Amino acid sequence: MTSSHPRPTLRRLAPVLAAAALALPALSACSLLNPPDLVVYNAQHEELLDEIVPLFEEQSGLDVELRSGKDLEMANQIVEEGKDSPADVFLTENSPAMSIVDKEGLFAPVPDEALASIPPEFVPSSKTWTGFLARSTVAMYNTDSMTEADMPASILDFAEPEWKGRVGFSPTGADFQAIVSAVLELEGEDATREWLAGLKENGVILQNNLVVMQAANAGEIDAGIAYHYYWYRDREESGTDSDSSALHFFGDQDPGAFLSVSGAGVLAAAEHPEAADEFVTWLTSTEAQQAMAESYALEYPLNPDAELNAEVKPFEELEPPTVDVASLNGPLVTELMTEAGLL
Amino acid sequence: MALLALIPLGYVVTYTAIIGPVDLWHLVVRPRILELLGNTVSIALACMGACAVLGVGLAALVERTDLPGKRVWHGLLVAPLAIPAFVNGYAWVSLDRSVHGFWGAFLVITLSYYPLVYLPVVASLRGLDPALEESAWSLGHSRWRSFRSVVVPQLRPALLGGVLLVGLHLLAEFGALALLRFPTFTTAIYDQYGSTFNGQAATAMAGVLVLLCLLLLLADLRLRGQRHYSRVGQGAARRAVPARLGRARWPSVGVVGLVVLLALGVPSYSLLHWLWVGTSTEFPLGELSAAAATTVLLAAAGAVVTTMAAVPVVWLAVRHRGRLSTLVERCTYIANALPGIVVGLALVVASLRLVPIVYQTALLLVVAYAILFLPRAVVTVRAGLEQAPLVLDHVAHSLGAGPVETARRVTLPLIAPSLGAGAALVFLAVSTELTATLMLSPIGTHTLATEFWSASSELRYGAAAPYALLLVAISVPATLLLMRQERLQP
Repeated sequence: MTSSHPRPTLRRLAPVLAAAALALPALSACSLLNPPDLVVYNAQHEELLDEIVPLFEEQSGLDVELRSGKDLEMANQIVEEGKDSPADVFLTENSPAMSIVDKEGLFAPVPDEALASIPPEFVPSSKTWTGFLARSTVAMYNTDSMTEADMPASILDFAEPEWKGRVGFSPTGADFQAIVSAVLELEGEDATREWLAGLKENGVILQNNLVVMQAANAGEIDAGIAYHYYWYRDREESGTDSDSSALHFFGDQDPGAFLSVSGAGVLAAAEHPEAADEFVTWLTSTEAQQAMAESYALEYPLNPDAELNAEVKPFEELEPPTVDVASLNGPLVTELMTEAGLL
Repeated sequence: MALLALIPLGYVVTYTAIIGPVDLWHLVVRPRILELLGNTVSIALACMGACAVLGVGLAALVERTDLPGKRVWHGLLVAPLAIPAFVNGYAWVSLDRSVHGFWGAFLVITLSYYPLVYLPVVASLRGLDPALEESAWSLGHSRWRSFRSVVVPQLRPALLGGVLLVGLHLLAEFGALALLRFPTFTTAIYDQYGSTFNGQAATAMAGVLVLLCLLLLLADLRLRGQRHYSRVGQGAARRAVPARLGRARWPSVGVVGLVVLLALGVPSYSLLHWLWVGTSTEFPLGELSAAAATTVLLAAAGAVVTTMAAVPVVWLAVRHRGRLSTLVERCTYIANALPGIVVGLALVVASLRLVPIVYQTALLLVVAYAILFLPRAVVTVRAGLEQAPLVLDHVAHSLGAGPVETARRVTLPLIAPSLGAGAALVFLAVSTELTATLMLSPIGTHTLATEFWSASSELRYGAAAPYALLLVAISVPATLLLMRQERLQP
């Protein structure tokens, strides 16, 4: 082969590449000509929103554009974007991310009608955002090696040396960070520092909650810290990653019985404030809450008129500790976790 | 262009400076950083070494021996280039969860990256004049000894270049290492960023990563030295006479076959397996084709813009040698070792502060790609321009052609093959880029890589498979183009 060979290839390729380069601005122009009626920055599970947003679109006649990402990533991005943010509505899995945006004063008040649907303990006193779903902290344990009796009374016990190499968790996700923020709120800074140091020493660090569940189910770890719905979803679907494991609910107001709240808020600088209010109000309505309860998500709806499937441990039996949703401190949590060498 | 490439570096330096020396010291000198440093350096050295051995060994077998079915083996050995490292990681880890940590990462990364050494070494072997080696035989050296003492030193530029690429890729690798649960600076920066956006710890880590990249570039410059390896003399080099493998024939086939089986067979099996298992549940044709079209469009735009941007940089570096032009050229490399996430973050901050109108547009995304992948185009185009004799330009001038006409009729046609190869490399890189795309893409944009990532990180292996397969499929033409590019230079 000589260098003259590939030249025709390039020649043939050149018009294609040029056409593609020209088509690209056309692509963006396309979305410019057809702008959405509402832009939602979504950090909740994408599948859940893909399931319920069409219901809203059909009802309201509005065209919703979803941009999906992770809690803290999107919260910090909104802060960085400030008034230029294209976001109208922000949805998260856990509340610390809402607090980050709230502290910068970027949220508008939640519409009254939405507030009327959700019990006040799931709304911050500032009323700048609202909870719309909740998830319970659990320990998933391997049923071949462990029994319910072997499980600790408190989530703080996982930091003890007897759990060395036996307890798994996913420190990089917002889920675990929300649990840490609850421990911080309930037990104080020093106890949290000590607990994190113990977990770093003993724990097995895994990529995300699904991996935690798989590892517990496969017996690679004896127990893992996660939220309830991962296990129930797997039971519902195939059971392949949950058939050798069970859930331990800490209850008794332990930090390990913490209920983490998914938040929804309207941005103060929203380009489509009315559509945003309408969407958040709809999200808290009995109809939308029931739709979410019946979806694959299996998270607890917060509107008392909606009810979750009977397979899941009833909301009333969870005995969560009392935590002010507005007080959860995300930045201090990442600081403590960075200090502990987990981040 | 070089200035644009400096935005990410400027960002890292500025924010590191804001932190202040005391806090920075605490952020850098802590157990987690040491752990990450150990991980990053050990995996980089191990993979660079393994890729060097595998790349040279396989190239010598295919190019210099009577290995049966050489042409077929050559194609199969280059083919893993079309399988992105994170698709390969997914293929292994989804079949066997015990493939993780250091050894898992070592296996998968080596199998994904060795073509980066193999390809230039093959090209180099092909271009070598066998006369020197034959002189060594005539002096009584054994075939193996002459290969070691005469041929291997001449492979040095190709080998070093390939190994440098492996190292730089590895410093920036995110997807595969995250899937295989082996934390390095890049995965840790991503985790940190996920928690704090432009947090101090993430910036400090990015700073350490930049230093590692500089070390690598420096080591490369020193090792490369000032020696020249070009052939002097008249006439054309012949092809070397292949060595007879004799009794080693079938074991050699076994070794090559094993590499192909691991690097190509496992991912193919895994993809088809998940496709088979997953097809029944999920095969969203609309989303698949939309993601594929977006990916091809973005990758093509990225390839065109980046290659065009590389031309002036290379022209400056080759035709107007000097400190400044070397500096400009080397500047472009630094962004290559920065993970997409740092480049993405820098561009978010810079665009919001300076030109908010381009924020979250395809334009900004293409700029990010150009910054990230400019070195690949520069390196390839440079190899082409180095070989285009300046005297032809002079001849054109003397015949009355102006600079534009000279460029159009003489220089550009001469470097066209390397432009094509550069564009192909960038195309491959853009189509699998993940983190910068996640941050900068216009709202509602989904590429094959981002869709694959969201499915595979939620362990929906079946749903991830069609995206992975399409990624491989659109990488094939670019890989074929590279395979034909005999003089592919790192």
